[in-house]
Amino acid sequence: MGNSNLKEFVDFNHKKKKSVEFNDVFVKRMVPKIDYPVLVQAAKSVGEGNDLPTELPPDWENNEEFLKNLHELLMSVEIIDGELECPESGRKFMIREGIPNMLANEDEVEES
Amino acid sequence: MSSRPEVVGPPELFYDETESKKYTTNSHIVQIQSEMAERALELLALPEDQPSILLDVGCGSGLSGEVLTENEHHWIGIDISRHMLKVAKEDNESDGDLILKDIGTGIPIRPGVIDGAISISAIQWLCHANSNKENPRKRLLFFFQSLYACLARGARAVFQFYPQNAAQSELITEQATKAGFNGGLVVDFPNSTKAKKIYLVLMTGGIQNLPKALTDENESRSRVEVIDRRNHGNMSSRNLKGSRSYIEAKKERLRRKGRDVKPTTKYTGRKRRH
Repeated sequence: MGNSNLKEFVDFNHKKKKSVEFNDVFVKRMVPKIDYPVLVQAAKSVGEGNDLPTELPPDWENNEEFLKNLHELLMSVEIIDGELECPESGRKFMIREGIPNMLANEDEVEES
Repeated sequence: MSSRPEVVGPPELFYDETESKKYTTNSHIVQIQSEMAERALELLALPEDQPSILLDVGCGSGLSGEVLTENEHHWIGIDISRHMLKVAKEDNESDGDLILKDIGTGIPIRPGVIDGAISISAIQWLCHANSNKENPRKRLLFFFQSLYACLARGARAVFQFYPQNAAQSELITEQATKAGFNGGLVVDFPNSTKAKKIYLVLMTGGIQNLPKALTDENESRSRVEVIDRRNHGNMSSRNLKGSRSYIEAKKERLRRKGRDVKPTTKYTGRKRRH
């Protein structure tokens, strides 16, 4: 299984938003760690991040509005029910009650 | 220890609904788990005054994760027991992002993202094969390799565990070294049967000295030293768990997150009368 590019396409039935205080330092540290275009693509597939550009703006470090929007997307959107799809293998991972199921065997996926 | 749960059966079956609830409502377990998580966090030696992104390997019901949250870090928890994760989510309202996964099949996180990993009483589960398809040696190696990949440069991983025998801790340490980590075991209070705790401290990037273990040579003094060390920097303002100011700070934190919090009254933080 490719470990690096999971979390690309997200389909959902139910999502939730919580309010989170803006944290400038945190979001600036996150930017180099994320694959920005992929994040935005995944966000748009669940109807979020519509005010974010598809590519990382060159002035992102000083663009407070952008940082605020990104922070909100990263921290406050939670998928409760849905699925993650790996674009390489096409494998799907169910998300139930906010927890993605990445167990290796298909036969372990059913509800207990 | 008379019975070791990892000998009884696979973790996803052992930690069923009853066992998961038991684990989290036992105040003795809760206290020990939090203490070990505190110590593991200290051994990570994270840069002060900045929130880090941490990984909790075998996070279970989120007891250790709560310690991470209290220290203002963000965390991702991985566990194989869906019941444990359910308790984490519903009863403990864990702030971490939870993933249901067998760590023996790797860590599904982008390279270089994690600033540090802790694991409390979990890694020894990987030493047991639960089907003839499972090879503990290979699973451990694969786990450590994927962990190494997702850690940022210079990041550490600290595993508290209870080895069954010397061969077991050797097996774990050997696989970690093979995956590219430096480090070794830090044994706190080695001469005390009760207080003795074993931490595997793994480091990326260059050879560094292992942190010093706490000894029971003078147990009371070393405990004071621990507290001293914890009191540096942003932690100086931290309150004693269970005190009124601690509860107020926690309520404030939850309120900021928009959670429903009971109002603070003159009874807040008081002991119940019988």
